[in-house]
Amino acid sequence: MSDLVEIRWHGRGGQGAVTASELLAEAALHEGKYFQAFPDYGPERMGAPIRAYTRISSSPIRQHNQITEPDAVVVLDPTLLGVVDFAEGLEDGGLLLVNTPLSPNELRRELGFDKGRVFTINATRVALDIIKRNITNTPMIGALLRALEVVNRDVVREEIRNRFNTRVSKEVAEANVEAFDRAYTEVREG
Amino acid sequence: MVSQKVKGKPVALDGDRAVAEAIRQMNPDVVAAYPITPQTEIVMRFSEFVANGEVVTEFIPVESEHAAMSACIGASAAGGRAQTATAGAGLAFMWEVLWVASGTRLPIVMHVVNRSLSAPLNIHCDHSDSMGARDAGWIQLYDETVQEAYDNAIQALRIAEHPDIMLPTLHALDGFILGHGVERLELLPDDAVRSFIGIYEPQHPLLDVDHPVTYGPMVLTDYFFEYKRQQAAAMERALEIIPQIGEEYGTFTGRYYGLMEGYRLEDAEFATIALGSTAGTIKTVVDELRDQGVKAGLLKLRCFRPFPATILAEALGDKKAIAVLDRSLSFGAQGGPLFLEVITALFTHGLSPKVLNYAYGLGGRDIVPARIHQVYKDLIEIDREGLTESSIRYLGLRE
Repeated sequence: MSDLVEIRWHGRGGQGAVTASELLAEAALHEGKYFQAFPDYGPERMGAPIRAYTRISSSPIRQHNQITEPDAVVVLDPTLLGVVDFAEGLEDGGLLLVNTPLSPNELRRELGFDKGRVFTINATRVALDIIKRNITNTPMIGALLRALEVVNRDVVREEIRNRFNTRVSKEVAEANVEAFDRAYTEVREG
Repeated sequence: MVSQKVKGKPVALDGDRAVAEAIRQMNPDVVAAYPITPQTEIVMRFSEFVANGEVVTEFIPVESEHAAMSACIGASAAGGRAQTATAGAGLAFMWEVLWVASGTRLPIVMHVVNRSLSAPLNIHCDHSDSMGARDAGWIQLYDETVQEAYDNAIQALRIAEHPDIMLPTLHALDGFILGHGVERLELLPDDAVRSFIGIYEPQHPLLDVDHPVTYGPMVLTDYFFEYKRQQAAAMERALEIIPQIGEEYGTFTGRYYGLMEGYRLEDAEFATIALGSTAGTIKTVVDELRDQGVKAGLLKLRCFRPFPATILAEALGDKKAIAVLDRSLSFGAQGGPLFLEVITALFTHGLSPKVLNYAYGLGGRDIVPARIHQVYKDLIEIDREGLTESSIRYLGLRE
């Protein structure tokens, strides 16, 4: 279980954090890996802060506890800054990826966070430009894969395409793929 | 009967959706259910299968859980295959009719997504709901993973309908942890499931008007006691049959099931006993402790009703110290429901090892590996120094 990766997602209800955690898990399935994806449900309301989790490993995953010391934290919503302690449990080797117009260094100063690796991307702008809706999960997955290639990027791209093709439409699927690729390119580390 | 190994299809599903797939594949005559968190997704998915014409099931969206079980009782007495799903307060609301189902010897299958009982209001996992039904005459299986939720859902039908058993059967999956947790599992081909469950031939269907029978008569002081003795005997026979069905299931899936599963248990000095998804977390801790030279082991109980006392006592008889993890409380009792069973099993087999009881995880309180490490540390300590404080403990409680 040495290659086990644990990811925590922060978002607001309706933004697709749970979908993001599941999408990555489904991509892992196509790579023949093992995975868990689970939400941290309280009262489910649109706009309320929510958390979701993904575990990915090349061997079977047995534990069923929540993730308290994640390898990576992904924040889908810039307005969670100052509301939720999303650096909680992040250790020195950890990775923090936030949807924000701030640069990684500005974010570090804002959070007083000097550990691990910090990545930022203005995913809201990417989503509004391309998907025309403020749903940031697919661009944030793209940015995550740049920081941590936990599953193959092409496999994830196909997973996004298939999921939105089946459930919504071809146009929405292609927009999500484009946003995914753009965020992959634009994400900054600092 | 399927004898050759079939190829399963790896999928990513949460426990609720996996159970809904199993129900679709079993294609029961009647499903009567009322949605309740965290079981809702089972009903939601299954009603889609009904709407899409993927099953022949008569789906009855009843007005309550009491009605759901009552409808299943009617359908099963009529000679059909009947199933339902529920959670927490929904199961509690069925309580009266659970006894009617078992007393009438109806092979109903129920999928329980474990949820705590109010008050205070809580939607998360503990085993108060299914433990509340422990004396109701239903066979009870517990699932560790989403794969097991799927596998036990299918085996539950064969167990319930076995002519030497004829008892309603439930399997329980931890709410949210498994119910809403997406995991990798293998789905069987539809025809493999249908071949495994076979065609149901009810022995005394109510609708067979050429051979009229009476269901649910009043039985007073003359024969009520004998009825109940027969029910108890059927439970005892199930101890033999459940592993046989688990073995047959293994021959074509590669996944064999018994009454319990020992994990690094045989040569273990310190053992824990648990039900459900926590068993998986314990396995990771056992591995870590083994790497450190501690002889730790786990007994995962799959079948709680009937309680496999003899094999449990045989598996635990030589242990230095044992911890029983209960995800429910029995207020005023001398420990949790699982603890009391284990103590009784050990005592009646002439064994008296040191045993601790931990209540844990009520209302969904997370159980992390560090807590389980603490349990094994406690076991090592009481083995060395004897019991200095209460054997009834609370794990992960804020005090």
